[in-house]
This record gives sequence, structure tokens and C-alpha cells, in this order.
Amino acid sequence: MSEKANFKYKDFLIENVLKLKSDKSEEEVVAKLNLLQRKKINKPVITVSINSSSIILGAQKLKTYIEEYLVDRNIDAEIIPVGSLGLSSLEPVISVQLPGKTRLFYKKVLPENVISILDGSFNNFIQEENILGQLKNDIQDTWEQVPFLDELAYFQNQQRLILKNCGFINPESIEEYIASGGYKSFYKVISKNTPEEVCDIIENSMLRGRGGEGYLTGKKWKIAYETPGDQKYLICNAGESDPGAFMERLLIESDPHKVVEGIAISAYAIGAQKAYIYIESEYKLAIERVKNAITQAREFGLLGHDILESGYNLEIIIKKGAGAYVCGEETALISSLEGKRGRPHSKPPYPATKGLYNQPTVVNNVETLVNVPIIIEKGIEWYKSVGTKDSKGTKVFSISGKVEYNGLVEIEMGTKLRDVIFRVAGGMKNGKRFKAVHIGGPSGGSLTERHLDTLIDYESIMLTGVSLGSSGMVVLDEDNCIIDMVKYFMNFMQKESCGICIPCREGTRRMYEILDNISKRPKDENGHTTLQRFKGVMQLESLAEVLKDTSMCGLGKKASNPVLSTLKWFREEYEEHIFERNCEAGVCQELRTFEIDVDACTGCTLCAKKCPTGAIFGTAKNAHFIVQDKCIGCGICFDTCKFSAIISK
Amino acid sequence: MPNLEEILEKYPFVQRDNLIPVLQDIQDEFGYLSEEAIVKVGKYLNLPTVKIYGLATFYHHFRFIAKGKYHIKICNGTSCHVNSNILIINELEKKLGIKDEEITKDGLFSLEETTCMAACGEGPVMAVNDKYFTHLTIEKVAEIIDSYKSMEE
Amino acid sequence: MLIDIEVNNKKIQAKKGETILETLNRNGIKVPTLCRMEGFTPTGACRMCVVEAEGKSGLIPSCSYQIEEPIKIRTHSPRVIQARKMLVELLLSNHPDDCLYCASNGNCQLQDLAVELNIRERRISGEKTKSNLDQSSPGIVKDPAKCILCGRCVRVCEEVLDVSTFDFYKRGNKTAIVTSMNKDLNFSNCINCGQCLLVCPTGALYEKTNLDIVQQMLSNTDVTVIVQYSPSISVSIADELGLRSGKDINGVLNAVLRRIGFNKVFDTSFAADVAIFEQSAELADRIKNDENLPMMSSCCPGWIKHMEQSHPDMIDNVSTTKSPQQILGTLIKSYFAQREDISPEKIFSISIMPCTAKKFEAQREEMTHKGISDIDVVLTTRELLKLVKLYGVDAQSLDEEMPDIPFNTRSSAGKMVSVTGGVAEGVARTLNYHLTGEELSDIKITKLRGFKDRKEVSVKIGKQEIGIAVVSGIKSANKLIAEIREGKSDIHFIEIMACPGGCINGGGQAFNNDEKTLKTRSKTIYDLDDKEAINVAHKNSNLISLYDEFLGEQLSEKCIKLLHTKYSKRDVLL
Ligand SMILES: Cc1cc2nc3c(=O)[nH]c(=O)nc-3n(C[C@H](O)[C@H](O)[C@H](O)COP(=O)(O)O)c2cc1C
Ligand code: SF4
Ligand code: FES
Ligand code: FES
Repeated sequence: MSEKANFKYKDFLIENVLKLKSDKSEEEVVAKLNLLQRKKINKPVITVSINSSSIILGAQKLKTYIEEYLVDRNIDAEIIPVGSLGLSSLEPVISVQLPGKTRLFYKKVLPENVISILDGSFNNFIQEENILGQLKNDIQDTWEQVPFLDELAYFQNQQRLILKNCGFINPESIEEYIASGGYKSFYKVISKNTPEEVCDIIENSMLRGRGGEGYLTGKKWKIAYETPGDQKYLICNAGESDPGAFMERLLIESDPHKVVEGIAISAYAIGAQKAYIYIESEYKLAIERVKNAITQAREFGLLGHDILESGYNLEIIIKKGAGAYVCGEETALISSLEGKRGRPHSKPPYPATKGLYNQPTVVNNVETLVNVPIIIEKGIEWYKSVGTKDSKGTKVFSISGKVEYNGLVEIEMGTKLRDVIFRVAGGMKNGKRFKAVHIGGPSGGSLTERHLDTLIDYESIMLTGVSLGSSGMVVLDEDNCIIDMVKYFMNFMQKESCGICIPCREGTRRMYEILDNISKRPKDENGHTTLQRFKGVMQLESLAEVLKDTSMCGLGKKASNPVLSTLKWFREEYEEHIFERNCEAGVCQELRTFEIDVDACTGCTLCAKKCPTGAIFGTAKNAHFIVQDKCIGCGICFDTCKFSAIISK
Repeated sequence: MPNLEEILEKYPFVQRDNLIPVLQDIQDEFGYLSEEAIVKVGKYLNLPTVKIYGLATFYHHFRFIAKGKYHIKICNGTSCHVNSNILIINELEKKLGIKDEEITKDGLFSLEETTCMAACGEGPVMAVNDKYFTHLTIEKVAEIIDSYKSMEE
Repeated sequence: MLIDIEVNNKKIQAKKGETILETLNRNGIKVPTLCRMEGFTPTGACRMCVVEAEGKSGLIPSCSYQIEEPIKIRTHSPRVIQARKMLVELLLSNHPDDCLYCASNGNCQLQDLAVELNIRERRISGEKTKSNLDQSSPGIVKDPAKCILCGRCVRVCEEVLDVSTFDFYKRGNKTAIVTSMNKDLNFSNCINCGQCLLVCPTGALYEKTNLDIVQQMLSNTDVTVIVQYSPSISVSIADELGLRSGKDINGVLNAVLRRIGFNKVFDTSFAADVAIFEQSAELADRIKNDENLPMMSSCCPGWIKHMEQSHPDMIDNVSTTKSPQQILGTLIKSYFAQREDISPEKIFSISIMPCTAKKFEAQREEMTHKGISDIDVVLTTRELLKLVKLYGVDAQSLDEEMPDIPFNTRSSAGKMVSVTGGVAEGVARTLNYHLTGEELSDIKITKLRGFKDRKEVSVKIGKQEIGIAVVSGIKSANKLIAEIREGKSDIHFIEIMACPGGCINGGGQAFNNDEKTLKTRSKTIYDLDDKEAINVAHKNSNLISLYDEFLGEQLSEKCIKLLHTKYSKRDVLL
């Protein structure tokens, strides 16, 4: 660990910041903190967001460019990696801070424009297309004509507790984390509170699990705490297996120490001396950063044996998932940790009484755990003032699809769906019409325009038949087909079911086939296939019920949610597909029909040659026609025709 | 390249719960799990090979054939799906003549569908080895594949 | 502790911690099950046993739900029935519709459930899975198209046999049951014991049938068709033939087989006596020379294959004596052929065994001389029953008959080889004779009887204490062998049978192998031992003439050539 030498402030941070030892003057402490928090800096600081989103958009290369730039211009500045502000669509984001001035954030910085951006910043000239905003700060001079970050609609409508540090601090530095208030909560509980007290605090704060079930976290902890066992385990569930979510990934990449602190407090509360982080092996950067965080925390004596002389011991072990949605389910996750096929088990017994190696085990979602230090820090009453009656705190989503800003958003529980989509996320992309928002990934459901005023909290969302399953939120516009979307999820589920129980394994498969059937034209249309098709559709609902009723685990129980919710809210679209064989959005390719405009057709024969099923007839120089029975709707003719003579319906 | 034994030696007190990490390490090193590797791990952990094979096939990330020289990961996350990535996947399958989890006969290309890569706004997204491509269109993807193909000629 | 629970509006009492299903069954309420197996921890996988419980949002599986507090249950509410029905419909939705031609027709739990739940049409139809019928193995056929993935075979093979040939493969819609690296069965570590097909609820696993060839041969007047049947057959099929169960129907069986058209009918028990005689001679030698001890029995072909692949270091410890089936096979094509002056090529030799591994054994290379197999075809008990039906034989109307000369005598020891401990007991008796020339004072060694998977006893033979161990189920064999490798040395002879309980619970037996049936079968056999006069192999009169006329001394050169075999290490994926 070559990092060792870098911990210039280790003793200061432990003694004066965490333990509040009073051997230093207040000014000295403030001065040091200002430096670490970068309120006062001696030389320019440039941060580059290095996270999964920005890397895809070339952030690594950008960082090298900037390094070269600084050498070229002979500028003495610090370059620091940060996580993600949440604005993935605007990556790569960099910030430039000159001594005495506020920190400037630039968006969409590319190797092509980085030089002019930097040149500008160093010479008091701001590149307008790329400026995002400046970070408000009372002891620094502000830039003129640059908006403050918190005045941007994106930030204004959010309440950032979980994401507070994200994109601002260096996720690879424990010193910055502690300087910005980190590990205080952990030190507080291990030095002042008994585990029961911590369980009580969390129970009273009414924190509910963010992983899907919404179970009271404190209550679950108490069960595990009170169940006798040789060992107890805490597992941080960072499986995030929803195919369209990236919240936990970016959160861990941006503020790994917060996750470690959350785990540490929770493990203490249930009396666990061993904790696991279960994280997808594909999340390479997140793994690297959290691994680094654990190493640093150990270095600081915040993990390991007798933590800060409290007598408490804790090890955190990273376990990499190997790619299975179902392993997000807690009992399956435990099987996987035990080195077995990740199949769920019937509950009861619940993991809290009989979990990993048959010992009391608490499985908590990453976001749940990150809430814990915040509650400890701010107190029960404060925390309870955020959110609604039964849903306290905030909720983070990864929002994507057809909205302007794709990325992370954190909103207070009880925020309107409309505000999230149209304010925070900047509304629909390309001025298209909003059609639906899908919440909760493959176990979630879709809501329509008329739900836009629904409040986002456990109860209100539940009332619409959708659950706050995962943190994925995907927005669809008029170009998307609901059937196609549901089919996509059902296809996902039929592949991801663990395959153990009949309803889930066979049911998802059959439901997929039924959906697939209605999004296609029957190969050979006869009375029998039509009957099959209708029979299938009629079975959809009862199949969905049986799945819900009999499946062993949440995967099967919730697999029919997308179907049920869309059958409820988008019935017309189903009917259109079934009865009219029409997909308004034009997504279900095989439902499209084509005709030839006799007047426009020149008889060039090109389409007839390209048609894969030989459905187009005609002789050269004469208008052609399409035999509908043979047409499979592939649209090749449509793409081939040079005279726009093919009409799509 | 370290041999299998060296990887196994990193796990001196192995138990079943180390099975997945051991296999992950082997795959990281060799790119896939060979029959030989499975047999050796079985001996080492004193487990029937069928249990290892059963476990490994359960998880999506374990592969039993090598990766191509150019390993293509195409995002099949929800957002990319609503951005019509199916057209891109079809095009890839057509151009390469392989499907998900397969490899071309000449060993040049292999294809893998993944879940969200966290660049949803820029979808459809794909990666060829470590190089990313965003905002894909049918034409673009065809060009990309052609350029890799011509590099080999 | 008792808990009051309410089932279908009636109060009943449950024991704390027992499963709902157990309570229901004690109270005469039946709930269908599919994945459950008696004596195994429930997996709760199939969901067929679901019941409705008040206050629970979903239905709960009665087989795995333990009663810890009062609960109100409905076992046959419309919601429950509807769910169960849908589950079966789902299984049927892509099931190959070839019940009429299926090996398990009439003996299929899926069929039974469809009847029970009154399923009369296919409401949901699914895409059929492409199936690769695996016919590579001589004993077992695997038809994945019919597999409903209940996982029973996986569990038996792992938990009882400790062979672990199968496991689940992939997940979701690709889930399947496969062997290691998805190899064909014949190239896997399958020992062909057939325990899996006893538990398979459908026709996804069944024996490779040889009925066609047998029928062909029966109508071929050119060849002499000879049949032998295993000692366990006559105590296992009375029920199926419409006779009083729990009786040895040896005599009737001879008559039945002759009616079917076999030219000669022999009882393998005779050869079992020969096997005991040779094996104990071998053991006596090894004890005298103190070499290759403990000696392990060789009559079970499942165990032999397992040994060759998993314990090749034990090859020298295994008795070289062939199994009774193979001994009789050899004798038929040598001694008998000579006597009757028939050319061995003109003999078609069939054996009826409770065992699918015997099919494998018969085609081993070592079991062929100059291109002529000792045994041409092996049928299982189940195939025999089919044959009886096919040829319209009514067993009830037949009188008892004797087997054919020259193999028509046996000792009760020869009969006992079909139950766990029987071989060891027989060997002990004859070993005493070989070593001391006298008979054991108390021939009944009760410590070797019963269904425990491992039994050990020390018998005083002459001045020596001879340690004898009996294990059934490969799992206990593996354990014992591990102990031996670690230095356990007080054992001289080990009897090993792959199937728990021995051949009476063989993988080729008729399908009613519950514990009660097994106990009856074993009792019938031990009753014979009590009743009959000849209890030791070496007193079997035809055996004595066989040695006098043909083989010479035990372990003579001729014996070695005809009655002994060798083993070699097998390379399969373990
Ligand atoms: C199919 C399925 C997938 C799940 N995936 C996740 C996941 O990716 N992350 C997660 O935290 N919880 C997931 N859960 C929920 C967990 O089972 C468990 O309820 C949760 O981790 C508990 O944490 P919490 O109390 O903090 O919410 C999943 C559940 C099911 C049924
Ligand atoms: S519901 Fe699906 S994932 Fe859950 S146990 Fe059943 S088959 Fe497995
Ligand atoms: S869905 Fe493809 S990057 Fe998110
Ligand atoms: S018998 Fe209860 S779940 Fe299968």
C-alpha cells in the first residue's frame, strides 16, 4: 500500500475531527479542514469525473489530456478524480477551481474542447456552451454570469442526502471523506451507543428498506440482534441486477466510504463482526473504489480489530457476483455466498433468524445502509421531517430513457412523479410526447400520464399497482410500444428465473410466448392459430395471478407486475395489437403491413429481388404488388425502394 | 501466464464458499473455464465436477469457450432497449453470423449481451474490448465491424 | 408441544415444528406433491402442495412450511385448486404428447395429477423444448423433453448414492438436468444403478429396453433361448402378477417363464452359490497370505464401475469373482452347452435382473469370450412384467415348477445375496468351511441383517476374528473406503451394494419400493433361510457336481478362466 505516505492528515483527522481532542486551536482545525474541503486552496484544482458513465464517454482519455495540458503550459495544479454528480448525460464533467474563486463545473468536456475550456478558466473567460454552473460558497469569490449549481432545475428539485458528496469529493480519499463529516456517525455509535440503542434509533426513524420489500430496517435488525447465534452477518446487497438501473453502481463509485460507514454502523447494531458486500463483478470501478475504501478505513483503524479503542471488531469482505438477477433476492444471495447455485429458499425461516451458514443475517440494500449514518448524524426527528407519513427520507433513482437528462436523481419521498420527470430530468427529449414511465425494473410496472401527479412514496406508488422495487426509472415516449417493453421484461425474467419452481420457470416462459405471439403476425393464419392466440391472451391474467400466488420468491411473485400493470393502464394498446394487429409506435416490426403505391412504382423489381419471402410479384416496368399472406413485415422493401412507392401501415 | 495451480494456491484453506471466487480468478486469467480447469478445481475442493459445472452454468458470467480477439459487449439494458438497440443487435448478429455468447469460426469476434452499462443517455451502447461506441445506428455498427475486419486483412 | 390449528374449518392438532403436510397426512387429508421425497429435506420447489393460509398474501407450500404457531389453513379452496391446476397445465403446456408411447405410461405422476385435477384441454400451449434423447448408456435412457425439473434424480444421486452424476444446468428457460460438462450418460460417471429412474415422476428417465430383441429371439426356432432370473425377482413381483404378496413365487415364476416361451429357465441363485463359494475361497487365500485385505465383494456392477472410476487404488482389493449373473452366463455357454451339445453361438442367453447396471455389466468387454457374450440381453423386473402381459400369461392359474437341470438347486444363502448383508452372511458361512472344514456353529449372523446403511461384525472363524462390514448405498461405501485409506484394518471382508437395501431395492425393480415393501421382501427371503435345510453354498448338490464334473477344485485354472474377471481404472469426469 503505497498510499500510506499520503495520509498527511491521518492523526489530525482521527484525533481532532473524529475524537474531537482539543489539543489544537480552533483556527488551526478550521484552517486544515478548509484546505481538505477545498474551501481554501493554494493552487488550482481540476477535478475530472471518473465513473462508469463518463469513462464510456472518454473521461480517462480526457484526464490524460488535461495532465498533458498542464505540463505543456507549465501550470502547477492538482488533478483529482471525482465520482458522478448524477448528470450522466452531461459527462464528462470537469471542475476547475482557482484559489479564492468558486469551483466551476463544465459539462460534455471532450478532448477537442478541453483546451479552450481550461485556457478560458485560467484567464477569466468562460466557455459558455460547456459551463454547467458554480458551486456556491461564502468564503470564495463568485464568477459572474455563471449560474449556481443549486439554482439549476436539476438540483433545485432534489433533496440530496445520499448523493451529497457525489461528484464533489474524491472517492479515493478517506481524508476528504472524513473532512466532509464522514465516519463521525460511526465513531459516535461505537463510542456512545449500545447496539440496541442503534437498533432503536433506526427503528424510530422509520427507515424502510430500499431494496424492494420496504420492510422496517430497525425491526429487521432487532430480530437478528436478538436471535442467538455463534456469528452474525451483515450483507450489503449491491447486486443491482435490474437491467436498466445504475444507481448503486454510481453511488459506490462516487462515495464508497459512505457505504463502508453505513455497513460498519449497521454491523455494529446487529452484533456482526463480519460483513459482506455483494457486488456485481462487472462493476469493476465500483469494486476497485470500495476495496480501496476498505483498505484505507483499516489503515485509519476504522475497521479491523478493536476499532478506535471501542473493543468492537469488524471485517468487511467483498464478494463479487457472477451475473444472476435472482441473486439480488436475499436467500439466493446467501446461497451464492455459500458457493452454491444462486437459488432462493422458502421463507420462513427468514435470513434474520437463519441466514448465511444458518446464522442470523441481515441483508440490506446499499441505499438503505447509506441512510444509516445520515440518520445518526442528523437525528431521528430531523430525519422524520423529511418525506411523508409512512415513507421517510429520500429515494434515489437512476432515470433513463427518453428524458433530457439521464442519470441519478434523489428526491424527497412524496415528490410528484411529474416533477421528477419534467423538472429534475429536464422533460422529454426531442419534444416528444410522454407515454409512460416504468418504475422498478422487471418486477415493477408502468404508469401513464394520468399518474404523473402520484407522489413517490411506498404507499402511493403501491396503490397504482407498482412497487418501488429497484431504483430504475425508465421514461417512454410515443415511439415506444408498451407490449414490446413488457415483452422485453418478460424475456428477461424467463432467462433470469432460477428455474427451480414451476410457476416462475414455466409461467414466465409462457407469458413471454403469449406476448410474443400478439406482437407478431401468425405465420400461417388459420382458425386454429387465431384461437390459440386468443386463448393465450385470455390466460395472461390468470397466469399472472398464479405466479403471484405460488412462486417461491419475489422474482416469480413479481414477474407478472409489468403485465398486470400494463393490462390495467394500457389496455387499449393490447387490444390494438390483438384485434387490429397494429402497433401504433411501429416497434412491433412483424405487425407492420406494406402496400405498393401503384402510381409511384416504376417496376424496377428491386424490392421483389430483396424480399426474403418472395411476397412481391410483378414484371419489370410494371407496378408490383405484395401478397399479404406471404409478407412477414420485415420492411426490407420499404428500405430498398428508391421511389417511395412502398407505404407502411 | 500463471498456471492453474498458482491460482489455486492463493486459496490455501478452501471451502465450498470459495468456489465462485476461484472460478472467477481462473476465468479472469484464462478468459473461460476449460474442462481441465473444472476437473482440477473439483479435485482441489473435493467436489464432484458436475457440481462445479452446474454452478458455473447458473451464472451468466462464466463462459466455457474462449473469447474472440474482439469481444463485443452490446448493452441490452432497459434504456438501450427503448432506444431500439434490437436493430443494432440484429445487425451485429447478421454481420458476424453469431448470437449472444457465441464466437465466430475464425475466433475473431465474440458477442455478449449485457445489462445497463450506465451510459443510457448515449444508447445504444457497445464495447469492443475496452473501446466504447455510443449512439449506435445500423450504419455505424456495420462500419465498426468492417473496420475491425479490415484490420485483420 | 401440540398446537391447535384449523384446517378446512375443522380444528386439529399439530406438533410444533412439523410441516403442514405431515399434520395433514396424519389427519387423513391428502395434498398432491411432486418434488417431495420421503426422508429428504423438502426443497419446496414444485409448489404443487400449496395451501391457503389465513393472513398470508400468497399460498404456502405445505411440504416445507413448519408449524410454529396456530394457523388457519384451507387445503382445497377454489384458489388452491385453481393454482395447482394451473401448475400442472403449465407443465403440460409444452410436454410431448406421446403418453401412449411413453415408457412411463400408466406409471406417471404427471398423468395422475392431470387426472386428479381434471385437466381436459390444453388451455396454454407452449413452445416445445428441443430435446436430445440420450440413449448412449446401456442401462438408462434420458429424455429431457419429459423432464419437469423436480430435481429428485439429482438429490438421490447426490445424497443417497454420493455419485453425483446429475446437477441442474443453467437457469430460467434453459434449466436442464445434465451430467458433468453436458456429456452423454455413457461417458459420465453414472454407475447405472437406476435409483434415479425409480424416483423420476415422469418418463424422463427410464431403462434402455431390450424387449424387442427378446421377442425376436423367442420366435426364432434356430436358437435356444435361455433365461435366468435374479434371486430377488421372485420375492418382488407377486403383487404385480396378481398373487399373494410377501410370498416367494419361485415355482410359479418358472412356469410363467416357460409359458412365455423360454426354452430353458434357470435361477441365478444357483450361480450366487457358486459366486459365494469362489469368493470365500479367494478370501480364505487372502487371509492365509494376508494380502489384499480387506477383500471387497464384486457382485454389484454399479459398485464395480464406481470403484473403477473413483477408487482405482482399491482394484486389487476387489474379489475377482464374477457376479452371479455373469457366472451363470459363462456356465450356460460352456458347461451347459457341452452337456447338451449345443453350439454356444446358438444360445441366446437372457437374464432378468432388478437392476439397470446389470445391462452395463453384460456388455463389458471382460464379459465376452471370442466374440461371444456371456449374457446376451438383460431385462429388468419391469420389463419382465411387460413381457408377461405381452404374452398373456395368467400367473394365477399356473402350478409351481422347478428350474431346469443342471442348475436347479440352490442354498438359502444363494437367495440371500439379493438383500444387503446377504452376501456377507453367505460368504462367512462358506469361509468357515474353507478355513476350518467345519460349519459355523451359529450360521445366523443377525448383526448383518436389516436396512442400516452400514453394519459391522466380527465373526470367530477357527481361532481368528474375522471382521466383516456391509455397506449399502455408495455414500457409505465411500466413507468406509476413506476410513480404510486412513488405516482402518480390522475388516477382512466388505460387502458393497450400490442400492440402499441391496438388490431388492434395485433400480430395475417394480416401482413400489417404499420401506414397507422392502421389509416384506427381505423378510420373505430370511424366512426361507429359517425354513430350508440347505443354508450354505458349499452344500448345494448341483454345485458339487459342477465342480466334480467340470471345474475341478475351487480357484482351479478353469475356475479362474471362466469364473473370474479383472478390473481397470476408468477415466471419466468425476
Ligand atoms: C428477484 C429479486 C431481486 C432483487 N434484487 C435486489 C437488488 O438487486 N438489490 C437489493 O438491494 N435488493 C434486491 N432484492 C430485495 C432483497 O431480497 C432484499 O429484500 C433486500 O436486499 C433487503 O434490503 P432492504 O431491507 O434494505 O431493502 C431483490 C428481490 C428479489 C425478489
Ligand atoms: S420464483 Fe423463480 S426465481 Fe424464485 S425460486 Fe421460484 S423459480 Fe426461482
Ligand atoms: S441501458 Fe444501455 S447503458 Fe443503460
Ligand atoms: S411437494 Fe411441496 S413444493 Fe414440491
